[in-house]
Amino acid sequence: MDGLLYLDHAASTPMRPAAVEAMTPFLTDCFANPSGSHRFARTARRAVDEAREQVAAVLGVLPGEVIFTGCGTESDNQAVTGSVAQRGGLAVTSAVEHHAVLDPVLASGGVAVGVDATGHVDLEELAQVVRSSDAVSVVSVMTVNNEVGTVTDMAAVAEVVRREAPGAWLHTDAVQAACWIDLREVTPLVDMLSLSAHKFGGPKGVGVLVARSGASPAPIIRGGGQERERRSGTSNVAGIVATAVALAETDAERGAEAARVGALRARLVQSISSSVDAHETVPGSACVPGVVHLCFEGIENEALLFLLDTEGVCASAASACASGAMEPSHVLAAMGVPRGIAGGALRLSLGHTSTEEEVDAAARAVVSSVARLRGAG
Amino acid sequence: MRILVGMSGGVDSSVAAALLAEEGHEVVGVTMRLWGGDSDTGCCSVADVDDARRVAQQLGLDHVVFNFSDDFDERVVSPYVEAHSRGITPNPCIECNRHLKFDRLSERARVLGFDAVATGHHARLERDAEGRPRLARGADRDKDQSYVVHMVDAEELERTVFPIGHLSKAEVRDHARRLGLRTADKPDSQDVCFITSTGGRERFLGDRIPLRSAPVVDTEGRQLGEVPSVELVTIGQRRGLGLPGGGPLRYVVDVVAEPEPVVVVGDGADLMRGSVEVDSFSWVDGAVVGEVRAQVSAHGPAQRARCVATDESGVIRIDWEEPQRRVAPGQSVVLYDLEDRWVLGGGVARR
Repeated sequence: MDGLLYLDHAASTPMRPAAVEAMTPFLTDCFANPSGSHRFARTARRAVDEAREQVAAVLGVLPGEVIFTGCGTESDNQAVTGSVAQRGGLAVTSAVEHHAVLDPVLASGGVAVGVDATGHVDLEELAQVVRSSDAVSVVSVMTVNNEVGTVTDMAAVAEVVRREAPGAWLHTDAVQAACWIDLREVTPLVDMLSLSAHKFGGPKGVGVLVARSGASPAPIIRGGGQERERRSGTSNVAGIVATAVALAETDAERGAEAARVGALRARLVQSISSSVDAHETVPGSACVPGVVHLCFEGIENEALLFLLDTEGVCASAASACASGAMEPSHVLAAMGVPRGIAGGALRLSLGHTSTEEEVDAAARAVVSSVARLRGAG
Repeated sequence: MRILVGMSGGVDSSVAAALLAEEGHEVVGVTMRLWGGDSDTGCCSVADVDDARRVAQQLGLDHVVFNFSDDFDERVVSPYVEAHSRGITPNPCIECNRHLKFDRLSERARVLGFDAVATGHHARLERDAEGRPRLARGADRDKDQSYVVHMVDAEELERTVFPIGHLSKAEVRDHARRLGLRTADKPDSQDVCFITSTGGRERFLGDRIPLRSAPVVDTEGRQLGEVPSVELVTIGQRRGLGLPGGGPLRYVVDVVAEPEPVVVVGDGADLMRGSVEVDSFSWVDGAVVGEVRAQVSAHGPAQRARCVATDESGVIRIDWEEPQRRVAPGQSVVLYDLEDRWVLGGGVARR
């Protein structure tokens, strides 16, 4: 990443060296299929078992409640689609979810509940929706929003769901939470939780779905019956081992990292907004330390991202479609951000490799690019 | 120069980007996402974007995608649908060039610090004796696209590059093969990008506006038949009118959308007109009235003829030297100098 200023950790954060080191033997010498019955297979099997225990310990759940999947999207899909398939009934979610939750919910005929201007789900509307349905299959509300960084009060969401729809399974997409929030405090509140390894220094291609006792979403991938019949397919041994190492390291460093990155976040916001006019979409008090979401009125984010890219700044705006084009943000629309302002959205996200120098250089690039685009208009 | 090249994923724009890079320019490829719905190459034409990106990667160029789909809906698709509902035959590719490629994209390029926008159109920039920029026909007369880029005025021409305008189509493909580009043998796109070959205009328009049946009458008002959708009928058309065969050739000479839809047919002579009025006119380098040549590319092969252009307070009146087939309202009329080399300007035929 020489010469690059990487402020896109929410898209993917660099793998932790310890995770790379831990996975390498399983890409080379120890390549066996852990489902086999020979001693070579047992070595691989043991690594997967130990990784599962390590992950369970960080999440405060039982090892048997941890399902390894192929990605965060798969975990989210199984939680939603698998729940509806298993027990019927309505799927309910918030309007600002990642498409990995929103799309399966809407495809199943489910409902998306509105949010306030900060991106918090409207608890009254949520109560009303689940109360008025005969049978709620699953309620899915994200712990941390991937675009704007808003942290959900999961205890408040759980209280509403348990009160109004005691039979419903509660799922949370915690993909953006792992670096910043102690998930031991979240898992007791929910029935299911999804993670994606490459968001916390693990490899791409591994997801985690926690399904606590009582919640048994149907598998969406069937075959050899791995993961206790809940997710078939040969175990990604190397990826699973690296995931456990990355999650344990992230967990051990979380307190210090949250404080360190939180200070970087404040510094970044301050140095940009003291020089150019910017709306901070979600204030630091409601947001994880790693995400800064700003809107620059009168600017087109494609143009801003282009200029930042030429300056070596890796950032993002909303999500991109299959063609690579920026799509208007459904998150900002649900939050009631006017389209003209939302069009100038920029997400800068920080992580374990972020430094003060990097943040300062990125802030200078943002300020000069915004000023240039405003001057050219 | 720092040049932003519009790359559609076709062979012409692939070679355009390659030639500029070979000349040593600093080149960035851009694919515009215009249409978000179905197309013959998938939703958002993803397969074409893939081709453009892979060609750019092969050439070592940065490639970006700009999402102009809102502008495309507003400036191209909605007017297209609305025009058909009024019995007018629009040319959406020309409106796309006018509003997207040579306005939205060129403005974006300017803001981002590019010196010019390049496209793979078969057209050329030439200079007159005084050094003024002139928009000339492409070297390959069969592929010439000066007609569809006629709205690029002199100021815009100074910031526009047509890197393949001096080449024949065969030479363009030779370059693509020489460079090993994956688009070398890709067929030319023929049709409007948002109309699929399976659904056609009928489904596209039918999903958006009511299609109304209309009687087909002769110039005396006698009914001869009926068409299922007046919105799909174009002046000059002679097939698909539901008329019994064997009689004299009949052409659509008028399409009336309101108050009651009617299609009027007549013989070849009924189709001829001595003049046409053209509005929304843009001149390449100031008004040139008097004796000129005009080109109309409605139905069928391009129609080119000498005429006299008169500016009647913004509306350009074209008086043909010899009567010409009636120009369908909504079609572009483009004026060239008498030697038929340079575009002088163009506009849209009125009702």
